[in-house]
Amino acid sequence: MYPQRSPVQGRRVQLMLTCLCDAFYDDVATAAVTALEHAGCEVVFPAAQTCCGQPAYTTGDWDACRRVVQHALVVFAEDVPVVSPAGSCAAAIFHEAPIVFEGHREAPAVRALANRTWELADFLVNGLRVESWPGRLQARIAVHPGCHNRGTPTVAAAERLLGSIDGVELVPVTDADLCCGFGGVFSVGFPHISSAMGLRKVAALMAAAPDLVVSPDMSCLMHQRGLAEHAGEKFPARHLAQVLRDALP
Amino acid sequence: MSTQRLDAHAAALDARVRNAVTAGTLATHRNRRRIFGEDYADSDALRAAGAAIRQHALDHLDEYLPAAEAALVARGVRVHYARDARRASDVVLDILRAAGVTRVVKAKSMVSEEAGLAARLAGAGISCVESDLGELIVQLDGDHPSHIVRPIIHRDRAGIAATFARHGLGDHDEDPQTITLRARRFLRERFFSAQASLSGANFVSAESGRVVVLTNEGNNRFGAAAAPLHVVVTSIDKVVPTDRDLGVLLALLPRSATGQRATTYVELIGGPRPANRPSGPEVVQVVFVDHFRSDILGSEWHEILRCIRCGACMNACPVYREASGHAYRGVYPGPLGAVVEPLLGDAAHYAERVDLARASSLCGACADVCPVQIPLPDLLVRHRARATRERLAAANAATPPMGGYAFLASSPRLWGLALHASRLLRFVPLARLRIPLLSAWLATRTLPDWRGGRFRAYMRRRRGG
Repeated sequence: MYPQRSPVQGRRVQLMLTCLCDAFYDDVATAAVTALEHAGCEVVFPAAQTCCGQPAYTTGDWDACRRVVQHALVVFAEDVPVVSPAGSCAAAIFHEAPIVFEGHREAPAVRALANRTWELADFLVNGLRVESWPGRLQARIAVHPGCHNRGTPTVAAAERLLGSIDGVELVPVTDADLCCGFGGVFSVGFPHISSAMGLRKVAALMAAAPDLVVSPDMSCLMHQRGLAEHAGEKFPARHLAQVLRDALP
Repeated sequence: MSTQRLDAHAAALDARVRNAVTAGTLATHRNRRRIFGEDYADSDALRAAGAAIRQHALDHLDEYLPAAEAALVARGVRVHYARDARRASDVVLDILRAAGVTRVVKAKSMVSEEAGLAARLAGAGISCVESDLGELIVQLDGDHPSHIVRPIIHRDRAGIAATFARHGLGDHDEDPQTITLRARRFLRERFFSAQASLSGANFVSAESGRVVVLTNEGNNRFGAAAAPLHVVVTSIDKVVPTDRDLGVLLALLPRSATGQRATTYVELIGGPRPANRPSGPEVVQVVFVDHFRSDILGSEWHEILRCIRCGACMNACPVYREASGHAYRGVYPGPLGAVVEPLLGDAAHYAERVDLARASSLCGACADVCPVQIPLPDLLVRHRARATRERLAAANAATPPMGGYAFLASSPRLWGLALHASRLLRFVPLARLRIPLLSAWLATRTLPDWRGGRFRAYMRRRRGG
């Protein structure tokens, strides 16, 4: 469930880095910091942070998941918004964590953290009321919505920001909301189906002949680019935050 | 670490089957989206109403089921209860034997599939012909339905023409009209000679005792019109409080199932025919089957009982498209099946089936289209949690353990160290390491360069400067 939001007070935010940005995509994280600062935020980075717990949630090891989320409760204790450049990690906190803590002592604290945890584009548009994004970027962009953003305001927010950038053309993609088959551990237990879904997705995206494939979730893009490159094809993946930063004057 | 059963099934799937399933589901999925878009400014509000009606009915099933029985009896319908699918078959068999019936036509009833009713009747010397065209074709072939609304979605026209030729319904001809006319001729004879007709129910109104049956082929209408006895085999969760609720549910069901505003036939069976009506059964009996529904009602999967069997979740599901319905090894495939199949049996059955709950990327396309807003991905993960808790080996195949991860992810110093140290991996030929997770990834994908710790260093520099 997408949480009930209260209006954002102040401009101080905590960045939830995500493990993929921690390990591979530091440029996405720095771009997210730049975008948030451009919107007037003071970005703090609680250095003790690790992961959102999602791998343990999806495998069904909820004891492990609770251990990781309990750590997040401590790390992000300060009562200001937590913003992540990944819809899936944000959803791990605001949708999944409350499920695994049903009936547990910490449930109210988890619910409170859920209510102030946001995906980046959603936070910019619906938290900070950013109406449009300045600057210029000449690019045909195909958007991959990312499945964790279903039923949340993220995709509309991302398309609004991208569409407002001078020079950006959003190109339609066939069955745009179709999953690329990553699904974390799903790709391990179901390698055939995962790859087949991913290759179909890559083909649908590239059929739109975009300059860039942009998503609010780097995990999907990692999977898609990984498949495309393994097949010897170029795949122009960019995270939404990178596009926002690159457009800035 | 091997892979999961359903993935192996998909990998071995005939391309012809996969293409038929993909084309069929995609077309219906798109039609569904189009018609809801055309007809409603906010179809989510309609889905929410459908969810509320079904949830209310289930929350008060203890009142509505007896009310439905009373209303049915008032209409002159005899009502039976069967605790499980096997007993449901016994009850139907007893009804038919008592009436001296040897020839039956049967419209779709999913719970009778759970009971294997047609085969059971055949075993008892009662010929039972499926009258839904798709069901008839799988029956002729000794095959099984692979989709709850479109039983032969896995078949193409050439294959169907071959089936007809094989079973003496005419020479090989792939023309759809010819196939349909031949089926019609074949079925008409069965309709006229049947001594009883069977069907399921889409809904049963507790208020009026009306039994709602939707078809596009009119097969149940033909069956019930000609035979003197009609038996409805349905599950207890099909009861809805009032006839008015059908206004919402009949708006949702055909649009979700086939992208139609209404099915060609919408029957409201109101009991035995009055003396002044020219056709219709003289005797109507209804068998309410529990078969684990009351267990599910009290479980953390209770929302699955809202299901109105439209099949939209399987049409939307990219995993179903790759694997086809038979991969789910039961009556209900796709996301619905992955949630409900493990629950339709005892603990051993659960352990044997719950691997299905892992056959999802949790993309949520199913929940997006569900007309009664069942949170399917959440219910799948609840199965995974139980499979993990109970250490069900088959279900947990190819599922990496999370203990080490949780330890690292709750120890910030170790986490930082691991991220930093793993930069050395850049100098290691990863593909040659036999690390299961990594090998699975690298078999079909490249991995980006490891840059662990860079962002942390960047933030430290900023703070310092």
